[in-house]
Amino acid sequence: MKKLLIGVLLVNLLAACASQKPKEAVVEAKPAPVAETPRAVEAVPVPAPAPMVAVDPLNDPNSILAKRSTYYPFDVYVVQDADKPIVQAHAQYMSEHANRKVRLEGNCDERGSTEYNLGLGQRRADGVKKMLQVGGVKDGQIETVSYGEEKPRLTCHEEKCWKENRRTDLNYR
Amino acid sequence: MKGQAVLRCFGWVFFLCAALPAHAALDIEIIGAGEHQIPVAIVPFAGEGKFAQSISQVVSADLARSGLFRLVDPASKAPHEPREVVYADWPGVDALAIGSVEEQINGRVAVKFRLLDTVKQTELVGQSVSGKADQLRAIAHRIADMIYEKLTGDTGVFSTRIAYINRQGRINRLVVADSDGYGEQTVLAINEPIMSPAWSPDGSHLAYVSFEQDHAVVYVQSLLTNQRKVVANFRGSNSAPAWSPDGKQLAIVLTRDGGSHIYLAHPDGSDLRRLTFNGVIDTEPNFSPDGQSLLFTSDRGGSPQIYRMPVEGGVVERLTFDGGNNFSPRYSPDGKSFTYAHLTNGRFYIATQDFETKQMQLLTEGGWEKKPSFAPNGRLILFATEVQGRGILATVSSDGRVKQRMFPQAGDIREPTWGPFLKQ
Repeated sequence: MKKLLIGVLLVNLLAACASQKPKEAVVEAKPAPVAETPRAVEAVPVPAPAPMVAVDPLNDPNSILAKRSTYYPFDVYVVQDADKPIVQAHAQYMSEHANRKVRLEGNCDERGSTEYNLGLGQRRADGVKKMLQVGGVKDGQIETVSYGEEKPRLTCHEEKCWKENRRTDLNYR
Repeated sequence: MKGQAVLRCFGWVFFLCAALPAHAALDIEIIGAGEHQIPVAIVPFAGEGKFAQSISQVVSADLARSGLFRLVDPASKAPHEPREVVYADWPGVDALAIGSVEEQINGRVAVKFRLLDTVKQTELVGQSVSGKADQLRAIAHRIADMIYEKLTGDTGVFSTRIAYINRQGRINRLVVADSDGYGEQTVLAINEPIMSPAWSPDGSHLAYVSFEQDHAVVYVQSLLTNQRKVVANFRGSNSAPAWSPDGKQLAIVLTRDGGSHIYLAHPDGSDLRRLTFNGVIDTEPNFSPDGQSLLFTSDRGGSPQIYRMPVEGGVVERLTFDGGNNFSPRYSPDGKSFTYAHLTNGRFYIATQDFETKQMQLLTEGGWEKKPSFAPNGRLILFATEVQGRGILATVSSDGRVKQRMFPQAGDIREPTWGPFLKQ
């Protein structure tokens, strides 16, 4: 059930992210109904991650933990200052929830060779991993992968697409 | 600049689409012409009309694509045997190809072919080939190779094959095709990305990178049995396979030790050895034809550029300095130059650099041009480009004069690579 709810929330986020910046995505995500009983939740059809919100800050759309991506300038793999609080918040959360596992997925825009971008995406993911580790997250909780330029979120040959594709996604498993 | 002068020379655009059969996998468009085109006439072969493939059309298309020939229309003249040739009928033609196709009893075909020197009035080459009826295209490519070799002194590449990725929606197919894009065979079809196909030197295997295990893993697959093996599946990314010229080693790139570094391994993944230790991203290794050196892409100097190092270790030399970023180096077959993708002001160009002069020569006008690889005779460079949002195949002659674009019927083409000469 927990996994399913997280999944639903992620789908919402992803759907929003496909066309919006992550910051706006949070706003777009369905606000969690506050005082509902579990039975009422069962009656509500789709977007109802209500009881989890109280339990797990990861599922709070208003938490910084709802932000699951870091963004980069062209050909850069260092986590940017603007995104550091996000990674640090996830580091704290994961260090307090040692059973949690995250998959860091590095992505690039298409301005490079596929192989160079695979390397660059890996560096982006590894950079986030390093920050999580500094924040106390155990190595076994983190997996990194690079998709290079192979799985672009947006596909135009312009900066408005490229900037969305230069990112590392924190994907909880 | 020489390149601009060359561009102004592009006087004609030649569409072959109309001549291609209805089940064509690709439409082909040729732009430009070689400096000294050899005028030849390919007479339709006797009996070829009975078959699905017209041999003379395949031969003509091959020769035209090379840019080195001017195809003279034989009009109504149709000799099929040397005794039927009236040489006075062929003014301005250096060579004449004639022949015949006959169906044999067992479903096979016999093709006779002669190339005649119309000036000296002698036979340059003649051959009888027998094969299955579905091998007519292959036979035609062989004939085109023979004509090419006789008239240019170079080895023809019409019988060689190419590999590329065709991406259509979520489906990625690793495809092997004839050098003209026909005869597509799907080697692998999955719903995850495939990258970086690399031919073994004998053309029997492909190494490639697949994401089917949700991260980049290097495989080697036999094109004969379709069986495949994992070469490298370590944590992180495993990618960029490149064969040594003797086929006994693969250079691969692993991130398991942090950063992207080049390793050597046997094609079965054994005997793994790390080669590069510096730099943050070292990738896209490519062996020199003598097997002694590797070209690779590295950002150790702050931006992605091309470097060279001895395979057994030693001094690493930076080769590209021109403004912009440079990627995907590939040696020419003679080892005297290399081709690569040059990115500047948001456009990718196909470039070559001679090891002696160290001068970059841009061969294309720029666009979304990536992953160049030489034909095994060094005369053409195959690369991926984009036209109206579609990923297509393109070639450019290594002097930049002749360009060709091949449009797939469906999907986007990525990551092409030209295969080796096959043992005849």
